[in-house]
Amino acid sequence: MSLNRIIGLFLRHFFLIKSSLPRILDLIYWPTIQIILWGFISKFFTAYSDYYNNTVGVILTCAILYDFLFRSSISFNMLFLEEIWSRNFTNLFIAPMRISEIITALVGTALIRTLIGLVPAILITSPLFGISILKLGIPLFFLFLSLYIFGITLGLFVSSGLLRYGPAFENIAWSSLFLLAPLGCIYYPIEILPDFFQNVARGLPLVYIFEEARSILVNQVVNYSNIKNAFILNAIYLFVGVSLFYYSFSQARKKGSLINIGE
Amino acid sequence: MQKSVIVENLSKNYFKKEAVKEISFTINENEILGLLGPNGCGKTTTIAMMLGLLKPSNGRVVIHGLDIEKNRISLLHKMNFISPYIELPKKLSVKENLIVYGKLYGVKFISERIKYLSEKLRLEEFINKKTGELSSGQKNRVSLAKALINEPSILFLDEPTASLDPETGDFVRSFIEKISKEKKMSILLASHNMDEVKRLCRNVLMMNNGVIIDKGTPDELIKKHGKRNLEEVFLKLNRNNHELK
Repeated sequence: MSLNRIIGLFLRHFFLIKSSLPRILDLIYWPTIQIILWGFISKFFTAYSDYYNNTVGVILTCAILYDFLFRSSISFNMLFLEEIWSRNFTNLFIAPMRISEIITALVGTALIRTLIGLVPAILITSPLFGISILKLGIPLFFLFLSLYIFGITLGLFVSSGLLRYGPAFENIAWSSLFLLAPLGCIYYPIEILPDFFQNVARGLPLVYIFEEARSILVNQVVNYSNIKNAFILNAIYLFVGVSLFYYSFSQARKKGSLINIGE
Repeated sequence: MQKSVIVENLSKNYFKKEAVKEISFTINENEILGLLGPNGCGKTTTIAMMLGLLKPSNGRVVIHGLDIEKNRISLLHKMNFISPYIELPKKLSVKENLIVYGKLYGVKFISERIKYLSEKLRLEEFINKKTGELSSGQKNRVSLAKALINEPSILFLDEPTASLDPETGDFVRSFIEKISKEKKMSILLASHNMDEVKRLCRNVLMMNNGVIIDKGTPDELIKKHGKRNLEEVFLKLNRNNHELK
């Protein structure tokens, strides 16, 4: 064993971390988010342990819905990252493709990727836990659609960052959804959040989507105003996301990041 | 002779750095124009502006009479590009990659086009192999096939024979020579291989520090600078430029 070689390899990673703020933030980010998320979940179950009659069913259904959101957003980002990793990015942008065509192709492909991952998960919950997400009935379609639109919108935000800043933005691609998880009120009602965060959370469609899922599962009440609020917010975010993508493309053309993005 | 490409006072600034400074040149129909210069002299930036990948700070690029900034999508149908720094997806087979790019460029008879290019570029034996499993010579030919999938009238070649063995390099050069004549293409060739430039190019632009420092036919430049070959001209011009700096 050579101490020098061990120190050498340690330094190789130490130099990399100390010179990269995104890497340092990434190290801090995950534990912080995990603690916040599980802190709110624990707080909720401690205060309202009798809230759910069917805890497993509600938690699993919300987990599936959240995973659908997660998969659709990550799928969208992955399609973009694949082009960067394979150094094919420039080839795509010298092909005669309009931005609208790129977005449409990614939206369609992301849906297929998401469904491939999610359908088996939905199918095994029934024999394993005796739970069927289909109990949500017709509103389930609207919930999935709303989650998909929001997932795609987040994908557009992250892809805009990738377009503009290149692979340095990759970590944000992975962590964007976890940042929203505590505020999205996936496993607990919005009232569990401190007042300030409640105001922030009301600006997210996730709160209304998961509130609606819980309303159906726990109270057997369909509240279409939640679905409507989610769609209105989704429309606003989608518009901003698409505009940002166009803006990032224009900025990337000015700054030259389309040329060497894969390098 | 008809001018396919007109570059007028083209400049690109990144913050305060001027990467390309008011360069102007033309490429005629059926001409291979050489673009020579040391690394970082502005060749790639120039090509990127001509391809619409980069927005010029000043000046314009006119292709077939149309400004690339205003007609990017329609002009990209008629152009293509090959560079050793850009790759095709490695997990896709050669054929799959060509199908994808055939679709992206709106090629009508993709199968026939792939068959034609496979024969011309000797791709048949590995057409169904994953692109990532190919040798660098094979990958180079596949990239060339991708660059020709849309039958471009304007082709940008950035070091098309870099890292190739002499036999493959010669094959690629011969192919470029032949296809440019057959299809009356306009080609911009950026290369560090002076023999390649002398063999293929009618005219040459010498670039350094973002400006064109000299231009002419390879023989004219050799004669003008009193040197034995293009490599010596290149070294002289760049050393002079270094001293001036």
